[in-house]
Amino acid sequence: MPDALAERPSALQLFLIFARIGLTSFGGGLSGWMLREFVQRRRLMSEEDFLNGLSVAQALPGVNVTNMAIWIGYRLGGRNGAIASWLGIVVPAAFVIVLIGSVFASLAGYELSHVALSGAASAAIGLSLAMGLTAARRVPRRLFPLAIMAATFVAVAILKWPLLWTVLGFGSLSVAVTYRHG
Amino acid sequence: MQSLPFSILLVFLPLSLVTIGGGQSAIADMHRQIVEAHHWMSAAQFVDAFAIARLAPGPGSLLATLIGWQIAGFWGAVAATAGIFGPTAFLIYGVAHIWSRYEGARLLRALEKGLRPVAAGMILAASYVLIQSLDSGWLGRGTALVSTALLLLTPINPLLLIAGGAGCFVGLHFLALI
Repeated sequence: MPDALAERPSALQLFLIFARIGLTSFGGGLSGWMLREFVQRRRLMSEEDFLNGLSVAQALPGVNVTNMAIWIGYRLGGRNGAIASWLGIVVPAAFVIVLIGSVFASLAGYELSHVALSGAASAAIGLSLAMGLTAARRVPRRLFPLAIMAATFVAVAILKWPLLWTVLGFGSLSVAVTYRHG
Repeated sequence: MQSLPFSILLVFLPLSLVTIGGGQSAIADMHRQIVEAHHWMSAAQFVDAFAIARLAPGPGSLLATLIGWQIAGFWGAVAATAGIFGPTAFLIYGVAHIWSRYEGARLLRALEKGLRPVAAGMILAASYVLIQSLDSGWLGRGTALVSTALLLLTPINPLLLIAGGAGCFVGLHFLALI
């Protein structure tokens, strides 16, 4: 119901909404959450506007969640809305991660906490690998994209090239070829 | 001699612009710079920070915040956060600003599709680097693979999985197996 949008939220409201999303988001799946919150439940923006923002957020560099926060904040509240939304998604969660980090650091003297953390790290690497495999599955099964993927992997993991030049090189080559083929 | 927070800012600023497909993709390069080039952290500390970042809520790139804080305290955290989020924040702000006037749909589609293989390669590279830094040997690698399989095949809650990994290791420790 794009023509029945609710009243625009204030910058403070945007901050609070994104703070809540930031603090309750564990392990991804956030865009679905935002869609529910902004489009379906509060009807603050149309689904089309949201999906446009999502494709921009995914195409540009940056964390999708924070990109999305800035996009939504800007659409709903201009510059102040964008700033408030960005602060909301980043700052409260930043305090929490430092807090958790210092709790672990104060336990660092105990062998058990190191054992626990190394178990947690092993399982957490699964998150990274699963995400990598999911991303690899979305790569078209054609020679060129597969070669770009393999070259990026080798350049970063084995040859340890700086990421910036790898992305600029392979990224612009890949984007240019994709653009030319429509 | 520049101050430590400033050096941290300089490391994370360019990394911001290569976080395509989410913060995961920059982890391999963060590792290269923080552990191998600057020796600000050991490989084990880096993996620990990675695990904590996955346990904590919020955007995954807050790993940068935690690293900055562990290296140089409050200002280190501020510098790392500003570095990793700043440039891309301005970028998307600019795009949101001109979006209504400029229809860049085709270019955006090419960007998204063209960057897909690069992002996939980078995230796989990040996983590879992280697995290399595990100091728990084959047990850790096996756990990582089992966790990957569970995530791909079942709708398991990631937080539960991480807690399960920690629990497993603690259990084995008590049985005096590790």
